[in-house]
Amino acid sequence: MNFELTEEQQMLQDSLRRFLANEYTFDKRRDILESGKGTSETIWNALAEMGLLAFTFPEDYDGLGGNGIDTMLVMESFGRALVTEPYLATVVLAGGLVRDAGSDAQKQAILPAIATGEKLMALAAYENGARYNLANVKTKAEASGSDYVLNGAKTAVINGGQAHQLIVSARTSGDARDENGITLFLVDADAAGVTINDFATHDGFRTAEVALKDVKVGSDAIIGEVDKGFPALEKAIDQGTAAVCAEAVGTMDAMVEATLEYTQTRKQFGVPIAKFQVLQHKMADMFIHAQQSRSMAILAADQADSDDRAARREAISQAKMLIGQSAREVGQTGVQLHGGMGVTDEMFSAHLFKRLTLINLLFGDADYHLGKISDNLLDKTA
Amino acid sequence: MDLNYTPEQEAFRQEVRQFLKDKLPADIQERVQKRLRPTKDMVQRWQQILHAQGWGGSTWPKEYGGPGWTEVQQLIFEEECALAGAPRQLDFGLRMVAPVIMKFGNQEQKDRHLPGILDGSVWWSQGYSEPGAGSDLASLRTTAERDGDYYIVNGQKTWTTLGQHGDWIFCLVRTNKEVKSQEGISFLLIDMKSPGIDVKPIIMLDGEHEINDVFFDNVKVPVENRIGEEDKGWTYAKYLLGHERTGLANVGQWKAMMRRMKEIARNEQDDGRPIIENPRFRDRLAQLDAELRALELTVLRVLTNAQGPGPEASILKIRGTEIGQRMFELAMEATGQDAITHIPEALEPDYTGPLVGSINAVPGAGDYFNMRKLSIFGGSNEIQRNIISKLVLGL
Repeated sequence: MNFELTEEQQMLQDSLRRFLANEYTFDKRRDILESGKGTSETIWNALAEMGLLAFTFPEDYDGLGGNGIDTMLVMESFGRALVTEPYLATVVLAGGLVRDAGSDAQKQAILPAIATGEKLMALAAYENGARYNLANVKTKAEASGSDYVLNGAKTAVINGGQAHQLIVSARTSGDARDENGITLFLVDADAAGVTINDFATHDGFRTAEVALKDVKVGSDAIIGEVDKGFPALEKAIDQGTAAVCAEAVGTMDAMVEATLEYTQTRKQFGVPIAKFQVLQHKMADMFIHAQQSRSMAILAADQADSDDRAARREAISQAKMLIGQSAREVGQTGVQLHGGMGVTDEMFSAHLFKRLTLINLLFGDADYHLGKISDNLLDKTA
Repeated sequence: MDLNYTPEQEAFRQEVRQFLKDKLPADIQERVQKRLRPTKDMVQRWQQILHAQGWGGSTWPKEYGGPGWTEVQQLIFEEECALAGAPRQLDFGLRMVAPVIMKFGNQEQKDRHLPGILDGSVWWSQGYSEPGAGSDLASLRTTAERDGDYYIVNGQKTWTTLGQHGDWIFCLVRTNKEVKSQEGISFLLIDMKSPGIDVKPIIMLDGEHEINDVFFDNVKVPVENRIGEEDKGWTYAKYLLGHERTGLANVGQWKAMMRRMKEIARNEQDDGRPIIENPRFRDRLAQLDAELRALELTVLRVLTNAQGPGPEASILKIRGTEIGQRMFELAMEATGQDAITHIPEALEPDYTGPLVGSINAVPGAGDYFNMRKLSIFGGSNEIQRNIISKLVLGL
C-alpha cells in the first residue's frame, strides 16, 4: 500500500505541467478555441514529442508500457489547464481499445501512428435515446460476403469530427440492449456513407454526431470477435471514465486555487472577502471535496486496467458518482465565491465550472452510477 | 503507486483475524455485534486479553511495551477488531494521555502510569472541557494554585465520558492568570479518589448515563503529577489533539457498521420485502458505502504520507463523523416505526423481556441521538473547517 509516484511518473508530471504552464495559458487556450477547430497541431505535436501519446501503449508498438496511473497523471494535468486536445478520444478510448482488444495487425497499423501524433481516432459507442447504456445498440452491421454493411447513427462521439478513423459499435445479432451480439468495427472517417456533423461543446471541446448509411467494411475491420465486442467496449469506457475522473480532480484543484486567489484579492467592506468565515468554510468544503475526489480518482485509475469486471465496475462507478457530485459542488461554489465576475466569460473559473459540469454528464452522471452501485448491493444480497 | 496491501500486511491481517477468532469472548462479541453497550468489565477483560498477547497498546512503540506496528498495521488491526465485534479499547488512557506521558512525562511518571494503562487495570478519564470552555478550550478556568509540594485544584470539568468508572483523570488547569490564556495552562494527572472530587452524571438525550461533570473542591494534587513544565500544558494538549483527529476518522468502526447495515437492510421488512429492495433506501446505503471508501483511501493517503499527518487530518475528522452520523441515521430508519419505542433495559446484558420489532430496533434511535456528539466533540466540525482554512488554505 503506497501512494508514491515513481521517478519516471514524477518527471512526466513535472515536465507536462511546466509545458502547459508556458504553452497552454488561459490566453493561448482562448486563441485555440477561437480558431474554430478546438485543437492545436502545435500542442498535439509537442505532446507526441514528449512521448505522451505513446505512454500507455505496449513497448512492442513504440509505446512505453504505462498504466492507468500514468493516464491519471496526464489527465489531471490536462484538467488543471483545461486542455481540449483529443487525448481522451484518441489515446485513452480508441487507442486503449485497440491496445486491449485489437489484433497484432491492427495494433501495428494504429498504435505507432497515434504515438507520432499523425493519427486521430474517436470511439462511436453511444446512440440517441439509449442515454448511458452501451449495450443499447440499434446500428446494424450485416454480413455481405466477407464484408459488412453498417447502417445507423451514433451520438456523443467525442472528437469525431477530427478523427481519421472511428471505432463503431454495431449490432451483428440479438436485440437492442443485449450485451451479446455487439461487434466493434474500424471505420475510416472518409469512407463512403459516413456523415460526421462536428459540434462545439459548451466547454470548448468538440463532439460529433455520426450517421452511417450502407458503409462497407472488410472483416479485417473487426476488433476482437464478431458478437463479442461488448466487454472490450465496456472496459474502454471504464478507462475513459477513470481518465475524466482524474481530469476533474485537476480541474477541481484549479478551481480551489483560483477561488483562494480571488477571495484574497477582492475587497468588500474594506477587507479581502476571504476574511469572512462564511466564505472560509465554503472553501474548506471545496478543498475536502477535491481531496476525497483525488482518493477516488486514484482508486479508479488503479482499477481501470483490471480484468476483474465486478471489482472494476464497482470502483469506477463509486468514483464517478462521488466525483460527479463533488465537481458540481466545487464548480458551483467556485462560481458563487467569484461573485458577479464568476458568471463572466472573462474568468478562468467560469471555464473550469463549465468543464466540471460537463464531466459529470460524460460516461454516466452521478445518478446513473449511483444506480449501478445501488443495484450491486441488491445482487450481492440475492 | 500500489493500492494493494503487501503480502506481509495481508499475513498480518490473517494473524489478527485468527487471534480474534480464538480469543474474543463470545458474550462480548454478541453484545457488540448487536450494538448493545459492553460493560466496564467487558472492556477491561478484552484489554487484558489483548495485553496478554502483547497487543494491548496497538499504537504504542516497542520501548513502552507496544507491538511497534506501522500506521497501516494499526489500521488493519482496528478494522479487524471492529469487523470481528471486539469492543472499542478505551482511548482516554491508551491513545490520549499515554502518548503525552511518553513524549513529555518523566521516567517516574512513565513507570507509574503506563503499565496500568496497558493492562487495562487503571481507567482514565479526560478533563479538558469546561462549562465555559468548549471549542475555545484555552479559556478554561479550573485553577491549580501552588501550595508547597501540592497544587490545590478548584473548578469544574465537563463532558467526561465514562468518568463514573474513572480511576485517574488528566486535566488542563490554569496555573497562571497573568499571561495570555494559552500560556498559563498546566497538564496534571489527578487520582480520582482524591478528597474533594465529585463526579455527577449528565443524562444525555438518549436517556443514558455515559457523560459526567467532574467537580474539584480544594483537591490536593502532588506537584510530581504535573506533566512537563508549569504553564506549558497547552503544548502538550495540542500534541494530544493532533493524535485524536486521525483516530476520529473511525474507518474500522464504520466499515464494521456498514457491514452490519447491509445485514440489517436484508433482514428488516418493508411491506413484506427486505428494506434493501426499496430503491430510495438502497441508494442512500450505496452512497454512504462509496463515501466510506473515499474516506478510507484518504486515511491511507494521510497515514502513508512520509511527512506524517498534518492539519489536513481535519478532513478525516469531518468526513468520518459526517459519514458515521448518516450511517446511524439510516440504521434507525431501517427499522421504521419499531425504532420509536424506548426500552433502555434491553441494552443491558441478560435482558429477556419483550421487544418491539427485532433487536435491531433497540439501539436505533438512541444511537442516532447519541452520535450527534460526533460532529461536536474533539474540536467541532466548524473548528476543523477553521483549521483547514487557516493552516491548509492559508486564509
